[in-house]
Amino acid sequence: MSGLSMFYAALLYVAAGVLVAGLAVKIRQYWTTPAPLKIAVTPAPTTQAGAWLRVGREAVLFESLFYSNRWLWIFAAAFHAGLALVLVRHMRYFVNPVPEIIVLAQPFGVYGGMAMVGGLLVLLARRFVIDRVRYITRPSDILMLLLLIGIGVSGYGMKFANPTDIVAVKAFIMGLYVFDIRELPVEPPLLAHLFMVALLMIVFPFSKLLHAPGVFFSPSRNQADDPRERRHLAPWAAKLEG
Amino acid sequence: MALKPVAPALDDLPTVPALNPGVMGGLKSYVAVRAHQEPLGFPGELVENWEQAAVAKMGELLGKYKSLRVYLDICVKCGACTDKCHYFLGTGDPKNMPVARQDLMRDIYRYYFTPAGKALGGLVGAKPWTRERLDDWYNYFHQCSQCRRCSLFCPYGIDTAEISMAAREIMDSIGLGQKYCNEIIGKVHKIGNNLGLPEPALIDTLEGLEEDVKDATGHDIKFPLNVVGADVLLVTPSADFFAEPHVDGLIGYAKVFHQMGLSWTMSSYASEAGNFGMFIGNYEQMKKISMRIRQAALDLKVKRIVFGECGHAWRVAYAFLNTLAGPFDFLDPKYPVPQHIMELTRGAIMSGAVRLDPSANADKIVTVHDSCNIARATRMGPEPGSQFFYPRDVLKAACPKFVDMHPDTTHARTFCCGGGGGLLTDELIDLRIKGAKPRVEALKQAVDQHGVTHMAAMCAICKSQFTKVLPYYGYDMGMVQSVHQLVSNAILLGGNS
Repeated sequence: MSGLSMFYAALLYVAAGVLVAGLAVKIRQYWTTPAPLKIAVTPAPTTQAGAWLRVGREAVLFESLFYSNRWLWIFAAAFHAGLALVLVRHMRYFVNPVPEIIVLAQPFGVYGGMAMVGGLLVLLARRFVIDRVRYITRPSDILMLLLLIGIGVSGYGMKFANPTDIVAVKAFIMGLYVFDIRELPVEPPLLAHLFMVALLMIVFPFSKLLHAPGVFFSPSRNQADDPRERRHLAPWAAKLEG
Repeated sequence: MALKPVAPALDDLPTVPALNPGVMGGLKSYVAVRAHQEPLGFPGELVENWEQAAVAKMGELLGKYKSLRVYLDICVKCGACTDKCHYFLGTGDPKNMPVARQDLMRDIYRYYFTPAGKALGGLVGAKPWTRERLDDWYNYFHQCSQCRRCSLFCPYGIDTAEISMAAREIMDSIGLGQKYCNEIIGKVHKIGNNLGLPEPALIDTLEGLEEDVKDATGHDIKFPLNVVGADVLLVTPSADFFAEPHVDGLIGYAKVFHQMGLSWTMSSYASEAGNFGMFIGNYEQMKKISMRIRQAALDLKVKRIVFGECGHAWRVAYAFLNTLAGPFDFLDPKYPVPQHIMELTRGAIMSGAVRLDPSANADKIVTVHDSCNIARATRMGPEPGSQFFYPRDVLKAACPKFVDMHPDTTHARTFCCGGGGGLLTDELIDLRIKGAKPRVEALKQAVDQHGVTHMAAMCAICKSQFTKVLPYYGYDMGMVQSVHQLVSNAILLGGNS
């Protein structure tokens, strides 16, 4: 067992642990913090089911962004949809046997990666070119984009420049499930790829990537517009009742 | 500031300006003094250890408001909001971009409350308290009218109003309140309304109105005050009692009630629809003010509560009153609590109980300004969107010629008048003029293309703001009309069986 494989196994365990535990803490916090007032941005659905549908449209279609900034919507959608296809493609490393649908999705994952990296490059360029966006950009905003671009580029490095023994990679990953540390191929693009993915998992619960779970907890979007019909009272506000 | 405020040159339609950092940094509304602070339970002056006190208050609010908790974390700095705020569009000051305004708080939040901010500091934008940052808070969180246009366009619905309300609450708690809001809230507690009109003055005013309307119409239109046993309690902004064109709206409500044959009353105890507790983000103050309305409804034994034309008041009434001062199980369950006067008037027009002769407004081509709080925080009837078509139905019934302004500036996308959210104070006139720029640009287009002569408004703040700032842009203050003023002109009195 090489030290490198041990290091990567440990890194991925830590990353997965931080991601899961960190997200659990943040989601619990978002879930349990009360919303004392009804603040849905109207016109809003009048039923809770309608409100969740609205949130679903935000999460899947980026509805508000569509009406807000069409160019940004195009590149943000390219990045996110591309990322989704890439994640589906990568399922083949995590399940055995590989379901037919994942097999069929493989080529789309390759195009998805291109959309993802292409979208990210434009999102990065915006941060330098548009003065308003440059003003609100912090160093971490740029680093986050570079990290995601690095993950995409190193992934293509494995596919086109430096083909990797993906059978061995899968064996390594499947071994992690049963705490059997197997040999990870020593290929620079693979090592860079895995390292950056682990880093992304670790920063996820501490960064703006919290928008992913957070969008579901936004009171201006997830509340039904029914304040006259139903009395809404937060526990801390109930204590103020005379 | 000796500078005479000057209106900026208008663009054809709202245009994104070049950044002009710090241009509004020196504009500061008057700070509340001890006499404004202490009656509300806030420290009289900036406390010694304000940094710690502000962090402690922020921690408390993070535990009480999901909005604050989530919104401070999840902004991705995409910039979609950066060209949506009327104050940014009017001033070019980058700190008036919604995300940059939020970041004034987010940077502090990251420094004191997040592992990333503690570990990485400036890399993630985390910043500790300094006196300059507190001054930026005071100046720029009082350059937000809490109109929520940014929230409409944000992919996560991040609501800068929630952030600016929390910021003002934190500042109040460390002794750095705003004079305009806190002085007014004190007047409500002491006298019953924002303008400090005591009961005898109200009686006098309403009697005068009865005489004026009698002279003008020949009809005995009543303006009842404190009538126990009336069916309807009308709660309206106190500006309706004397300001122009507000009072013409009040006359319109009275005529509608008269024609509908409703028994109604106003209350001197709850002689204010507005609730500035919302502007300062203080739940307890907002509740205390709302409880006056509940008390008045109980004391006067009414069956329904109806609100007059006011934007933020209708938000508090529609969205918060049930929470703050409910349950209203002592009122007639047949009617929503509360109702908007527009809902009554439109219903009466539809049913024929009120008949209008639009030729009375034949000299006007009318457009309408959707108030931000009404547009983006309420409804007027059962249907989503009724906050838009109820007033338009009423206006179209009262006026022969009605046109809408550009669709990017109306309905949910409406621009704030520039004076909402506790900014309707003289020392902020420069901001108010510039903040009105996007609205005036759309109005100018409607004037130039359609010959619009009048703009109807349904909010006391909008009406006061526009009558003050339109002249800076070369328009007559008389352009601004109350919706119910136009109803008042057109209503056919008497002859109802």
